[in-house]
Amino acid sequence: MRRLFYLLPLVGFLALVAVFKWGLNHDPRLLPSMLIDRPVPEMSLAPLPGRPAESGLSTADLKGRVSLVNIYGSWCIACVQEHPYLMELKKAGITIHGIDWRDDPVEGAKWLKKHGDPYDRVGADPAPGRAAIDFGVTGAPETFVVDRNGVIRYKHIGPITPEVWKTVLGPIVQELSK
Amino acid sequence: MKRVLFALGLGMLSLPALAADPSEMLKDPALETRAENLGKELRCLVCQSESIEDSNADLAKDLRIVVREQIQSGKSDAEVKKFVVDRYGDYVLLRPPFKPTTLVLWLGPFAFFGLGLVAVWAFYRRRGASQNPAAPAPLTEAEKRRLDALLKEEK
Amino acid sequence: MIAEIGHFALILALGVALLQAVVPLWGARRNDPVLMGLAGPASVVQFLLVAVSFAALTHAYVVSDFSVMNVFSNSHTDKPLLYKVSGVWGNHEGSLLLWITILALFGLAVSLFGGNLPPGLKARALAVQAMITVGFLLFILFTSNPFERLDPPPINGQGLNPLLQDPGLAFHPPFLYLGYVGFSMAFSFAIAALIEGRVDAAWARWVRPWTLVAWVFLTCGIVLGSWWAYYELGWGGWWYWDPVENASFMPWLAGTALLHSAVVVEKRDALKSWTIFLAILAFGLSLLGTFLVRSGVITSVHAFASDPTRGVFILGLLVIAIGGSFALYAVRAPSLKTGGLFAPISREGALLLNNVLMATGAGTVLLGTLYPLFADAFDLGKVSVGPPFFNSVFVPLMVPMVLAMAAGPFMSWKRADLMGVLGRLKLVLGLAVVAAGVTWFLEGGTAGPWWAAGGIGLAVWLFLGTLAEWAERVRLFKAPAEALGRARRLPRAAWGMTLAHAGLALFIAGATASSAWKQESVQSQKVGEAVTVAGYTFTLTDVRDVQGPNYVASTGTFEVTRDGKPFATMTPAKRTYKMPPRPTTEAAIVGTFWGDVYAVVGDKDPDGGYVTRLYFNPLVPWMWMGALVMVIGGLVSLSDRRHRVGAPTRARAGAKTQPAKA
Repeated sequence: MRRLFYLLPLVGFLALVAVFKWGLNHDPRLLPSMLIDRPVPEMSLAPLPGRPAESGLSTADLKGRVSLVNIYGSWCIACVQEHPYLMELKKAGITIHGIDWRDDPVEGAKWLKKHGDPYDRVGADPAPGRAAIDFGVTGAPETFVVDRNGVIRYKHIGPITPEVWKTVLGPIVQELSK
Repeated sequence: MKRVLFALGLGMLSLPALAADPSEMLKDPALETRAENLGKELRCLVCQSESIEDSNADLAKDLRIVVREQIQSGKSDAEVKKFVVDRYGDYVLLRPPFKPTTLVLWLGPFAFFGLGLVAVWAFYRRRGASQNPAAPAPLTEAEKRRLDALLKEEK
Repeated sequence: MIAEIGHFALILALGVALLQAVVPLWGARRNDPVLMGLAGPASVVQFLLVAVSFAALTHAYVVSDFSVMNVFSNSHTDKPLLYKVSGVWGNHEGSLLLWITILALFGLAVSLFGGNLPPGLKARALAVQAMITVGFLLFILFTSNPFERLDPPPINGQGLNPLLQDPGLAFHPPFLYLGYVGFSMAFSFAIAALIEGRVDAAWARWVRPWTLVAWVFLTCGIVLGSWWAYYELGWGGWWYWDPVENASFMPWLAGTALLHSAVVVEKRDALKSWTIFLAILAFGLSLLGTFLVRSGVITSVHAFASDPTRGVFILGLLVIAIGGSFALYAVRAPSLKTGGLFAPISREGALLLNNVLMATGAGTVLLGTLYPLFADAFDLGKVSVGPPFFNSVFVPLMVPMVLAMAAGPFMSWKRADLMGVLGRLKLVLGLAVVAAGVTWFLEGGTAGPWWAAGGIGLAVWLFLGTLAEWAERVRLFKAPAEALGRARRLPRAAWGMTLAHAGLALFIAGATASSAWKQESVQSQKVGEAVTVAGYTFTLTDVRDVQGPNYVASTGTFEVTRDGKPFATMTPAKRTYKMPPRPTTEAAIVGTFWGDVYAVVGDKDPDGGYVTRLYFNPLVPWMWMGALVMVIGGLVSLSDRRHRVGAPTRARAGAKTQPAKA
C-alpha cells in the first residue's frame, strides 16, 4: 500500500506523456466553429463598388442551393494562394459567394479584377467586420459550406487546396447536393 | 509551406498599433470601465493567451468595438459574453466557465491541497505509530502523548 | 571552417559524455577508484568541447557569417554587437546550445568543487549529469544543428526579432537557463542518492547551496522577463500567466519548496523521500517547460520553434529522464530511512506546510497551463485558461502560505508552542490589521477592489513578522547594546532567510498596489496638449524621428509637472526596425517612491494627434526592489560558511561538537 503511494508520480507523469503524445499531432490553434448546423447569421452586405446593387450578399441569397461562403481580403496572402483553385471550382459549377472582410471595398474589387472573380455574389464587410464576427471568423481565408436551407454545415480554415477539396469539402458538397 | 502561408495570412492581421485606440473608447467612463473589464476576460483569438484589451491584432480591435457597441446598447455583461461565446465558443473566455467539463480545472487545485493535507496527516500518524509499533493505531491521543514525551526527552 | 569545428566539437563532446555517463557508474558499482575517477576529467573535457562549440557559434554571429543558416535567420550586419551576441540564444538551436553549455558548466563545477564529496556519490552524480548531456547533445545534433551551412551564402541576414533586441531580454534567457539547468545538480544528486539508497545531512549540505544558486538565477531570469514585459509591451502589465511564463514559474515554485525541505533534511534528517521527489520535480518541470515551449503542444505568444519532430524528441527525453527517475523513485524511495521526529506544530511542520502549499501552487499552475490540452484531448471542448483563472485560484492559495511564513521562523525545531508564537506576533498582527483597515479606508471603502486591503495587510504581516523574528534573534529590544554584535554573528543563512522573506513582502505590496490602483489615461494628444494622470501633468512638447543603429524611432517628448513644479522630461518612443520590419514600443518610466510614472507614445492619427498612453503604476518599484532583496537574500545565504562549496565533509566533521542550531 505504501509502496503504491510512491508509484503515483510515475503514473501521473506517464498519463501526462500520453496526453502530450496526442497533443503533438494536433494543431491547438484549430478552433471548431460554433455555427455548424445553425442558420447563416442575419446579414445584408453591400456590393463592392462599381458592381450592380443586387450583387451584394444577404442571408436570403444563401437559400435554395448548396453554396460556399469564402472569406477573403485584398490584404490576405494565403487567399492569393487559394484563388486559382476557387476559379477552377467555379468552372466546375460550384456556387461560391465571397465576403470581402476587413478591407477597403475598392481594394477588394481591384483584387478580384487582378486575380479573377470566382464569386456569384460578393458582400463587403469592412472593419470592424460585423458579419465576419457573426460567422465566428478568426482569419482569412475561411470557407463555410451552406446547405439548401441556408444552414451552415461545415467550416474550413485556411486555403482550399485540390487535396482539401477532394478529401473534405467536395464530398460534403456532393452529399448535400443530393 | 501551406502552413507557413496561412500563418503569414494570420500574421498580416496584426498591424502595428497599440491596443485600445482612443477613438474606440466610450465617452461614458463607467461604460468604458465595464468594457475594459469585460475585454480583459475575452481572449484574442488570433494571438493566443492575450486578452482583446491587450492585443494589437485587428480581430481583437474589431471585438473591442463590437463589445463596446453592445454595452452602449444597454446589454448586460453576461449578455455580451453570451454574444461572443455564441460565435466563438468557450474558447474565447479567459476565465473558463464553471461547468462539468471544467470541474477538474476549478476543483483540482483545492483537491491537490486537500490531498497534500491528507498525506501530511497520514505522515504524522504513521510516524507516531512507527515509533511505537505496539500501540494500537487509532489511539492518536496516546500516540501524541508519547510523541510529546519523546520530544521532551530529546530536548 | 570555424562552424565545422563547432559542430565537430559537439560530436566529440557526445562521445565524452557517453563515456562519462557509463564508466563512473560502473566504477561506483565495483567500487573502483580509477573508473570513478574518470568522471572528473571527463566533465572538464566535455565542458571545454562544448565551450569551443559555443564560442564557434558566437564567432559566427559576431563576424556575421551568413553562410551559417542559423546566423542568416537570426542576425543582420546592422545589429549592435550586444544583440549579435544575444542573437546566439535568441533562437531555438542557439538557445539549446546555451542550455548544453550551462549543463556542462555545472558538471565542471561538481568536479572542481566536489573534491571532498564521497567518491561514489560524486561519480554517480556526474554520470547522471552526463546522461542529461547525452540526451541534449543527441537532440541538438539530430534535430537542431546550429551549424548548418547555406550555399551560396546570402549577402545579409534576416535580422533578429526586434522584441528580443533589448537589454532585458538579451540576458533573460541565460539567467533562466542557469536556473533551469542549475536544478539538474539537485536532480543528479537525487538520482545518485536513490542509486546509493542513502540520503543524509552531507547530501543535503551539498544540494542546498546548488539549489540556491539555481534559485537565485531563476529568480533573476523570471524577474528580468517580467521587467521586460513591463517596459517593452507598453501596457504596464508585468505578468500574463502565459504558458511560457508559467513554464518558468513552475520550476521556481518546486525549487523554492526544495530549498525549504532540504533544510529539514540537513538539520533534522527528515523528509528525505519528499526532498528527493522535489529535486526530481524541480528539474522535471524545467524539462517540461523546455518541451512546452519548443513542441507547439501549447500555443503561446512567446513560443518559438514549434516543430512536431523536435517535440517527439524532447518528449522521448522527458520520458527517459523523468519517467526513469520516477520509476527509480518508486523502487528506492520507500526504503529510505526516516530520521528525526517532529510534531505538526514545529519548524519542520511549518516547512512541510510551506511545501504542501508550494507544491499545490505548482500543481495549480501546471493544471491551468495544460488544461486546454487535456480538455481538447478528452474531447471536452476548446477552453482557454487565462489570467482571470490564475488570479482567482492561485493567489488565494498563496494567502495561507504568507500567513504561515511570518510565523514559521518563530517556531522551534521538533515541537513549538503555537500560542506562544502567536503571542509574540500579537503586535505584528495588530499592525497588519490596522494597515489593512487604513488601506480600506483610504480606498473609500467599497470603491477599490476588496482584495487590495487584504494584500497590503498580508505584506505588512509578513514584513513586520520577518523583522520581528530578526529582532528577537538579535535581542534588539531585550538587550539593545549587544544587538549589533549578535546581528554580526547571526549565521548568513539566517540573514538570507530574513532578507528573502522581507523581499517577498515588498513584492506582495507592489504587486497588490499595481494591480489594484493603476491609473491610466489613453487618448489622442496633439503637440502642446496636456493630460493629467494621478496628479502628474504630461505636456506633449515634441514628436520627432530619431535614427537608431537599425531602426527609426518616433520619439515623443513629455514635459511632466507635478503641482506646477517640473518633475521630469520623458521620451518614450515607437521604434520601427528595418530588418525585420517590425515595430516595438519603448515606454519611458520614471520611478518614484510611490510608483512609476509611465508614458508610451503611439501612432499618429489622421487629425495630427498621437495616441498616448499615460500611467501611474503604484508601488511597481517595490516589486523589483522586493525581487532584488530576495535575490540578495539568496546570495547572502550562499556566502554562509556552512554553505560554502566543498563544505559538506568539513561541516560533517565539525558536526560532532556542534549540535544543530535552529
